[in-house]
Amino acid sequence: MGSDSTIVIVGAGQAGGWAAQTLRSEGFQGRVVLIGDEPHRPYERPPLSKAVLAGEASADSTALMKPEAFDALGVDWRASATVSAIERAARQVKLASGESIAYDKVILCTGGRARRLAIPGADLPGVFTLRNIDDARSLGTALQPGRHLLVVGGGWIGLEVTATARKKGLDVTLVEAATRLCERTVPPEISDYLLQLHRSHGVQVHLGTGIESFASSPQGLLAMLGNGQQLECSAALAGVGLVPNDELARAAGLDCDGGVLVDAQCRSSDPDILAAGDVASWHCRWAGRRMRLESWQNAQEQGIAAARSALGTPVDHQPLPWFWSDQYEVNLQIFGMPQPHHGRVLRGDLASNSFVMFFVDSGKVVAALGPNAAKDLRFARRLIERGTDVDAARLADLQVPLAKL
Amino acid sequence: MSTMTWVDAAAVDDVPAEDVIGIEVQGRDIALYGTEDGIYATDNICTHGHARLCDGFLEGHEIECPLHQGKFDVRNGQPTCAPVTEAIRAYPVKIEGGRVFLSLD
Repeated sequence: MGSDSTIVIVGAGQAGGWAAQTLRSEGFQGRVVLIGDEPHRPYERPPLSKAVLAGEASADSTALMKPEAFDALGVDWRASATVSAIERAARQVKLASGESIAYDKVILCTGGRARRLAIPGADLPGVFTLRNIDDARSLGTALQPGRHLLVVGGGWIGLEVTATARKKGLDVTLVEAATRLCERTVPPEISDYLLQLHRSHGVQVHLGTGIESFASSPQGLLAMLGNGQQLECSAALAGVGLVPNDELARAAGLDCDGGVLVDAQCRSSDPDILAAGDVASWHCRWAGRRMRLESWQNAQEQGIAAARSALGTPVDHQPLPWFWSDQYEVNLQIFGMPQPHHGRVLRGDLASNSFVMFFVDSGKVVAALGPNAAKDLRFARRLIERGTDVDAARLADLQVPLAKL
Repeated sequence: MSTMTWVDAAAVDDVPAEDVIGIEVQGRDIALYGTEDGIYATDNICTHGHARLCDGFLEGHEIECPLHQGKFDVRNGQPTCAPVTEAIRAYPVKIEGGRVFLSLD
């Protein structure tokens, strides 16, 4: 790609920011246009449900890079700008402002938006979602000590906001429609561990129950639960998943199915248009299926991979999935994609604050998770990446250092 | 010609083989690395997050930050893996009489 070429990155979140940074670090001297619909430079989202929401860290602290480092990239950054269409025949990206930008490559990093509850009253003031800095600011002001927060959804966002709100001295009720927490990502033992963790911190948890409606009340909101119970609260957070922002790609005629379909080189059905991050759906070898991987790590790694691929470098985007969540005094990490058919080997005690659960397939560790076990999990990662044959009895034996396996 | 000032930082035996420890030297957090070709020293706090590299994972000459898996070459402090982009300060090391001396100038 010559210095007269233009690469347009649509979406200035973590994936878009890494794509821009990588184009430059790989030596691309052409024009890089980075279009974001937020007023902020690229930033990382994990602190939004934790330190930023708690008011312990400023919104600036979550910036992907220092402002001067970002500015030094020499990127044509369009803040608070929206793309209205990708005109593939004309090879132009059209902005809502009416401007057209000719491209050689496009990298779609449009991410997703928080799913809203499809129930009466979901739009009332006091019903929040959490995806971006502005959401964190709005929700943060509602988190006042002594108030009562209702969290709808027992996934990672719901659980982290619950922990943050408890730390800030709110009463919290958590409602999850499934019969256990984080059902999509962890096995039942870990759902139970999380349930005990939150109950021990004074959270009222209702499983197998949805929300039917919200109405205004003197305290703020009156929620009608699926089990017929009524609940007064001052605010509510809906943490019920992410909707991928793939409308632009669909309108441009790219293959999409709950996200933009890409290959391991991050290319969509139009090889001049790539996609990365939360919006991209590709065949993840670790999961054995096509999926979108909504994680900090994937946003970074796929953003980097897409930029290199756009420049013509062969890439094979298959990082070992890595995920973490911080709740109260617990840092839970997951490597790989635990599946129901994997054998499970426990190292340590589920009732304790630190243990490792290994997921074993055909005599090899294929995934591992655990609370407060970062160092052990780092060795577990090595076992996974190397495909080492392991003996389940030794994995479970605390007397056998993981470094020796 | 300026001469280096060497500070006695630790005993060689305190630095584990193929691992890392954190120490404090003159009020600074320092990470000491025991590698196959000797001991290296850098600042202990990652330039990306605020994690301590002594809680990280040393493989060869690369230290991996425990928070975000960014990596540095412990010999010169250069970043080798995202998300770190800024080098970490590396300090000259001298071994004498079973002690590790650092130059913090």
